[in-house]
Amino acid sequence: MSEQRTAGVRAVARGVAWRSIHNFLTNPAFLVPSLLFPLFFFVSFAGGLAAIGEVPGFDFPSGYTAFQFVFVLLQSAAFGGVFTGFAMARDFESGFGRRYMLAASHRSGIVLGYALAALFRAFVTWTVLSAVAVVAGMEIAGSGGEIVALYALAVLVNVAATMWAAGVALRVRSIQGGPLMQFPTFLVLFLAPVYVPLDLLSGWIHTIASINPVTALLEAGRGFISGDPVLAAAAFAIGLTLSLLFAAWARGGLRSAEAAG
Amino acid sequence: MSSSLGNQVGQLARRSILRTLRQPAQIVPAIVFPLFLLAVNTGGLKEATNLPGFPTDSYLTFILAVPFIQGALFSVMNSGTDLARDIETGFLNRLALTPLRGAALLSGLLAGAFVLGVVQAAAYLAVGLIAGAELAAGPAGALVLVLLSVAITVAFGTIGLFAALRFGSGEAVQGLFPVFFVFLFLSAMTLPLDLLTTDWFHAIASVNPVTYLLEAIRSLLIEGWNLGDLALGFGIAAAIGALGMLAASSALKSRLVRT
Repeated sequence: MSEQRTAGVRAVARGVAWRSIHNFLTNPAFLVPSLLFPLFFFVSFAGGLAAIGEVPGFDFPSGYTAFQFVFVLLQSAAFGGVFTGFAMARDFESGFGRRYMLAASHRSGIVLGYALAALFRAFVTWTVLSAVAVVAGMEIAGSGGEIVALYALAVLVNVAATMWAAGVALRVRSIQGGPLMQFPTFLVLFLAPVYVPLDLLSGWIHTIASINPVTALLEAGRGFISGDPVLAAAAFAIGLTLSLLFAAWARGGLRSAEAAG
Repeated sequence: MSSSLGNQVGQLARRSILRTLRQPAQIVPAIVFPLFLLAVNTGGLKEATNLPGFPTDSYLTFILAVPFIQGALFSVMNSGTDLARDIETGFLNRLALTPLRGAALLSGLLAGAFVLGVVQAAAYLAVGLIAGAELAAGPAGALVLVLLSVAITVAFGTIGLFAALRFGSGEAVQGLFPVFFVFLFLSAMTLPLDLLTTDWFHAIASVNPVTYLLEAIRSLLIEGWNLGDLALGFGIAAAIGALGMLAASSALKSRLVRT
């Protein structure tokens, strides 16, 4: 990529990200659900299911609050991306996306700009979520490096989900594509070991969770927070592969939007 | 159109029912989404039955109460969105020019929620029983369960009507969905009240009416006939319905004055 092209992509990405972040921060209808949903899931799972930590065979060393924190962190990462896909779809539905396409010197900067905004959204949510978890007395046994690795994993999940949602938004170019962005994400997250470790699942859900890539991400994240890393390399490889695959999917979406005019 | 109350309700009920049945986008998610969560929760939380004091050895039977409440939450959205659309398109203004009574309008609009409640309850119960859930109260209990479910669905539907009349926008009604999910999640949804070991969570769940709606449904599935739990469940549904109708009537008056 030439220097001029890189500068062009950067400039477009900066402009798109600024507008998206501005909309997110100044519109309570976007900001409040982004903050409240993960908190609400965290409170409901960690508070309402605390007794699950006493089930025979449940031996997660950092306790049930930390066990659920990792799920909610990764879930908020994924939904930060999906909600950004909604914003993208809305922009294309209203015609603003078409203006972006006309004005941008390098259109891949548009997708990159939305991705930066999604990451910003996720960072805001994670800051609030982490603060609440610490205040609630969550036990963190992992080292500083392991906690950084946990958040790095969440970044990869956020990028993958944003690229997935962007691919859908650019193809459908209407908010009616919302369920298509949201439902598969929801499905793949909840078909992982959400409430108990994989070993305690049985039947069909154990079979599905065993082959669900999100399981490795969750187990690695839980390993990081409890200071006993497992599947770390596999989880990063999965996160990276999903991000690259969905980036290609988003690129195809961009081509589709260009072809549509 | 005859101006008798019964005729007015009948005409609007017919419109509401047809409108509901003609929108698969209203019916399908209201049935499929709760069933998906039923499957996931049953698989994921099966081990909870090993906790001392858990009331049954079938988690499916325990969690089967939840879809009935989730389904009822969809009626808030459906009835509210339908009425909001009538407001946005000006249909309510046209109705206001006729001799139609407010009570007829609100009751008729709830007919769609009633039909959806029956369809949902039958679907959840059938799927639950096929998947192996128990129904301790027997066939008569199934009938009471459907009645209770419909009562809850219609009661929640009145809140949707109120929201539509108060805000006049489908988007605002849709925005209420997460708020109502808070009530569900902060209840004894996944574990019995006695097994909620976090003090503050237990305190909230104890005063959350949704906990007692769940317990009324569970009583039929797990215990058989617990008249106290059933009376409390029907009583709460009736109270929510009465308050919702009162609020909706007041909002209707304000809206008609405004227009």
